[in-house]
Amino acid sequence: MSPQQNTDTDESTEAFTSPVVIDQAVKGPDDAAESQATLSAEIADIESQHKQDVAAGKKAETQPRLNYAPYRSSILRHPTKDPRHTDPETIELFSPAFGHRDIGTLESDLTIQADGEPIGERIRVTGRVLDGEGRPVRNQLVEIWQANSAGRYIHKRDQHPAPIDPNFTGVGRTLTGDDGSYSFTTIKPGPYPWKNHHNAWRPAHIHFSLFGSEFTQRMITQMYFPGDPLFALDPIYQSITDQKARDRLVATYDHNITEHEFLMGYNWDIVLTGANRTWMEEEDDD
Amino acid sequence: MTDSTATPDLTATPGQTVGPFYGYALPYDHDSELVPPGSARAVQLTGTVFDGAGDPVPDAILEIWQPDENGEVVRASGSLRRNGFTFTGFGRAAVDPEGEFSFSTVNPGPTEEGKAPFISVVIFARGLLNRLFTRIYLPEDTAALAADPLLSSLEESERNRLIATRGADGSLRFDIRLQGAEETPFLRFPSHED
Repeated sequence: MSPQQNTDTDESTEAFTSPVVIDQAVKGPDDAAESQATLSAEIADIESQHKQDVAAGKKAETQPRLNYAPYRSSILRHPTKDPRHTDPETIELFSPAFGHRDIGTLESDLTIQADGEPIGERIRVTGRVLDGEGRPVRNQLVEIWQANSAGRYIHKRDQHPAPIDPNFTGVGRTLTGDDGSYSFTTIKPGPYPWKNHHNAWRPAHIHFSLFGSEFTQRMITQMYFPGDPLFALDPIYQSITDQKARDRLVATYDHNITEHEFLMGYNWDIVLTGANRTWMEEEDDD
Repeated sequence: MTDSTATPDLTATPGQTVGPFYGYALPYDHDSELVPPGSARAVQLTGTVFDGAGDPVPDAILEIWQPDENGEVVRASGSLRRNGFTFTGFGRAAVDPEGEFSFSTVNPGPTEEGKAPFISVVIFARGLLNRLFTRIYLPEDTAALAADPLLSSLEESERNRLIATRGADGSLRFDIRLQGAEETPFLRFPSHED
């Protein structure tokens, strides 16, 4: 009874009258009553179906499913109709411009934003932002936010019993360089408990917000750390049903970034969806 | 650092949900005020984000990106630290606890003669696993709306869901429905093809 099957008619109201959805509406997303085993079985079913589809010749998925029932909050928040294929128009072929007046130079170092040192493992996360043609995305805004080393967010809705670090807000901003590079110095975030189901824990992650050279490339995602034991259990990470695609969200430990007696280094490159405007200009050159 | 001789994997990095805790990170002072509210050119753009049960979504965040009144695509920086005078074309608004967003902006002009003016929108929310794009068209230029390639590809009811309602005070209203019979048409651009 997957709600995925509810898009075949114009009765899109089925999406919220289906037994699956009603069940969820009655139980509520925050009851945290279901077990990890229940969720893991659903996750495994969807992944194995995707594997069969790929084996049968279907293209492997590269983006998360919007309709991914194991992430309970997605059930009433995913569109049921296919997106309309649209050629971007003028405004969509440009992006907002950000400059050095927008950002303080210290905003990319999350460890020096208070009077004292934050607690935890100091890390640097660095990489490049590229478009779909491999070209660097220059002078664009990158924003991050994350939990502290104990897995606690500075947000009034996060009330779980882990300490707030008075020296760590977990918010950073920077502009990419001419080569598309960015770099943040921060503290490795801890895993974070949530209420999707009973004993649900998010793998440690850093939220990334990215702009390209066109507004169509705008995206928000999450970066993960290699070898996290929670990957298999996490419905948000697993909403990307293809392993190769999921792996693109996992940073690489890089000893060349690690600094002697100071911090551990991770590399993570980000590729935005292709660039329509440049593609059209190239077409015109032919 | 990284090996620049390696052929990079150029498949787009997957998106993920914005989650529940963007509130202390993404919003900033005057983020939704592309022009100061109450200034002579200011137009209020409001709406509510609804889920598939018709309930307001209290944890969504929207961004708009638009040309100025003359249809010029502005290339000025300063969206994050507004000086009160420079129109940058970009704004961000987290919804309130009742799912309502509000921007202070200007009516976009047509970027080309005869084109229907619209505001480009991107939507993020907890529970929404990837961003959604749509457009907010102005209701006035009915000839341009009729000629618009996207609008003319839609059924009338869907088409009307992409056109804002003009209030007597000049304000614009545009509700967003993530799911259901009145679902907002969301867009997929050619570059989003896998």
